[in-house]
Amino acid sequence: MKRFLTALALASIAFSGAADAKDFKAGSKVRIATEGAYAPWNFTDSSGKLAGFEVDLYADLCERMSVQCDLVQTAWEGIIPALQAGKFDAIMAGMSITDKRKKVITFSRSYMGSPASFVVVKSSPLASLSAGLDALTLADVDAKEKAGLDSMKAALKGKTIGVQISTTHENFLNEYMGDTVTVKTYDTQENLDLDLVAGRIDAALASLSYWVPLLEGEKGKTMAMVGPKMDGGPFGNGVGAGIRQDDQELADMFTKAIDEARADGTISKLSTQWFGFDGTPKE
Amino acid sequence: MTLPDWMLLLQWGDAGWGDEMVRGMLMTLAVAMAAFLLGIVIGTAGAAIKLSRYLAVRLIGEAYTTLIRGVPDLLVIYLLFFGGSMAAMAVARVFGYEEYIEIDAFAIGTIALGTISGAYATEVIRGAVLAVPKGQIEAAKACGMSRFLLFRRIMVPQVARFALPGLGNVWQLTLKDTSLISIVGLVEIMRQASVASGSTQKPFTFYLAAGVLYLVLTAFSNKGFGLAELWANRGVRRA
Amino acid sequence: MDIELMAEAFPKILSGLPVTMVLAASSLFLGFFLAIVIALLRTSRFRPLAGFAYSFVYVFRGTPLLVQIFLIYYGTGQFEAVRESFLWPVLREAWWCAILALTLNTGAYTSEIIRGGIQAVPFGQIEAAKACGMNAVMRFRRIVFPQAIRQALPAYGNEIILMIKSTSLASTITLLEMTGIARKLISQTYKPLEIFLIAAVFYLALVFIVTRVVAFIEYRLNPEQRDAARVPTAKDLQTAPIGDIDAGFR
Repeated sequence: MKRFLTALALASIAFSGAADAKDFKAGSKVRIATEGAYAPWNFTDSSGKLAGFEVDLYADLCERMSVQCDLVQTAWEGIIPALQAGKFDAIMAGMSITDKRKKVITFSRSYMGSPASFVVVKSSPLASLSAGLDALTLADVDAKEKAGLDSMKAALKGKTIGVQISTTHENFLNEYMGDTVTVKTYDTQENLDLDLVAGRIDAALASLSYWVPLLEGEKGKTMAMVGPKMDGGPFGNGVGAGIRQDDQELADMFTKAIDEARADGTISKLSTQWFGFDGTPKE
Repeated sequence: MTLPDWMLLLQWGDAGWGDEMVRGMLMTLAVAMAAFLLGIVIGTAGAAIKLSRYLAVRLIGEAYTTLIRGVPDLLVIYLLFFGGSMAAMAVARVFGYEEYIEIDAFAIGTIALGTISGAYATEVIRGAVLAVPKGQIEAAKACGMSRFLLFRRIMVPQVARFALPGLGNVWQLTLKDTSLISIVGLVEIMRQASVASGSTQKPFTFYLAAGVLYLVLTAFSNKGFGLAELWANRGVRRA
Repeated sequence: MDIELMAEAFPKILSGLPVTMVLAASSLFLGFFLAIVIALLRTSRFRPLAGFAYSFVYVFRGTPLLVQIFLIYYGTGQFEAVRESFLWPVLREAWWCAILALTLNTGAYTSEIIRGGIQAVPFGQIEAAKACGMNAVMRFRRIVFPQAIRQALPAYGNEIILMIKSTSLASTITLLEMTGIARKLISQTYKPLEIFLIAAVFYLALVFIVTRVVAFIEYRLNPEQRDAARVPTAKDLQTAPIGDIDAGFR
């Protein structure tokens, strides 16, 4: 009986979830996770190496924090549970800062703004979709924006829209159009692109910072961006580094380093290099 | 002369994905071998447990094999991936170790696949142990062999021979199951094919190449196990 | 452990059970016929046909099912010609791609099981049937088939179980069967352990039921192996192993 109780106690600890906090200071080892399949944020090039905006940025930030960083590749799906399980200490994988995610992890300040937009293939009837708006901030929707949102919803009614799983884009679709469209979720953004080109889905929703470089390149020549650029609300407030709630001091270290990188133009330089526009977050 | 598209995509060096795919194959092979060896260790222990005199012990073995073989491998891998290090840390904390335990992708992949192949290996080895004729064991005892000598001279050589074909199947299973572990972040064949096809939008080319690489691995190891069986059965009288 | 979340996840994952079952049942059904064709082709005296059947089995048993699924789903979309052909309405749907991949896969494994069953029929019986003047169809129907089925049943029971488990891979191509729903729930709750445990329970239950049914059929088909006076007890039905080693792996 005693042995059984010990086993039960062990099991309950095992399943109680998150691990204890680790002390982070200058010189600490920090493991940062990225996906490696979300160009140009982070991707694997044909020589097998990780590259992209975040791959450059993490090196810069780690130098500013004077910590030893290790970049590890992991699947996007389950990246937050893996962070909580202690497989790594921070996530830099184009992850938007949202209230929903803040319930389970904490974030540094944003290092990049990231509005979202729909993309369709050029030959699609949806190619002419427009809500009569350029930009749409979901945090405060005025009458004109409401009308635009409704017209967009009407145009997409009955269509199949693809998003990557566990993204703000998935949340947006479920929240705003869940009753009128079919949402298909993909493990990687790249698989989603394959299905968009193959015509299995009518439209795809993802971050502008993903679409802009894609549409300029070879892969995106048959695609077109439609509708307004949307942010706020379920889309969150920019992209930041995701960190365990217990490790607030690491989040603060990131925030400080990001502020320095914003101030001296590093982020502006890197985002222009990788995205083709300056995405330095405002305040 | 220009090369066809797929050859350009699969060429060696930084411009193509050929060398990455082959490196992925080596990773697949490495993790499959590590997991298979772990599976044999677990399987041997598992067989001993399932052949135990005590019902309670046998039930533990039964629960392990039934659970692993009744749940999809994908789920087992997910569960071990997320639950494994939490459990390891919890156990470590009981012994007063407070740091994070970092288990790298290769280790977690090996543990997950080893746990799966261990369940199948348990059945194979158990069957092989039962296939050793009782009379031989009795004869060995009658000759005055110690338990250890009996184990070494009578059991091990025969169990190994009887288990070989079944273990060959377990190896094939382990090899193919490596395709499920890209979730742990290990860059093996499947992960590499998925990254390459995403980046080039040529999924057919890369998944086909992946299939060919798996076929190469299974064909060679089939041959290997065939030869091993011939070797193990040398000197066995055939009807 | 978040018990409340598990209770919430339970009915949601249950709603994927019919999808899992239909996926498994339809591919097993179609795969069975494919398997008979392949098994017969393999015994064909026309070499190219036998060679084709052999390669089919070799390729589908030698590569992971995940590769087969991805090749059929993502791979076919690469070609303009496929996208414009009559096949596209079928290949466009993740559902049919999954059925196709699972059918081809189980067809390859099952054909080996059937072949083993047919080969186990003693040749003397076939000679005797010939001597009695039975034609090929009658020989197959009366002599070979009933015995082959009995011989193959345990291995086929394992194949059924493997197929049920394999349907979980359909979640990788956007299908919402039990694993797919579980993955979606995790993307909303970030609690993989709780949710996957519930899914695992469903699979275990399903596998458990199939094991019992197969054991019962096996019991019914082998009257000579049981004591006429006895009715099947729970113990008789418990001896069937789950996922026997000789069955095909994927």
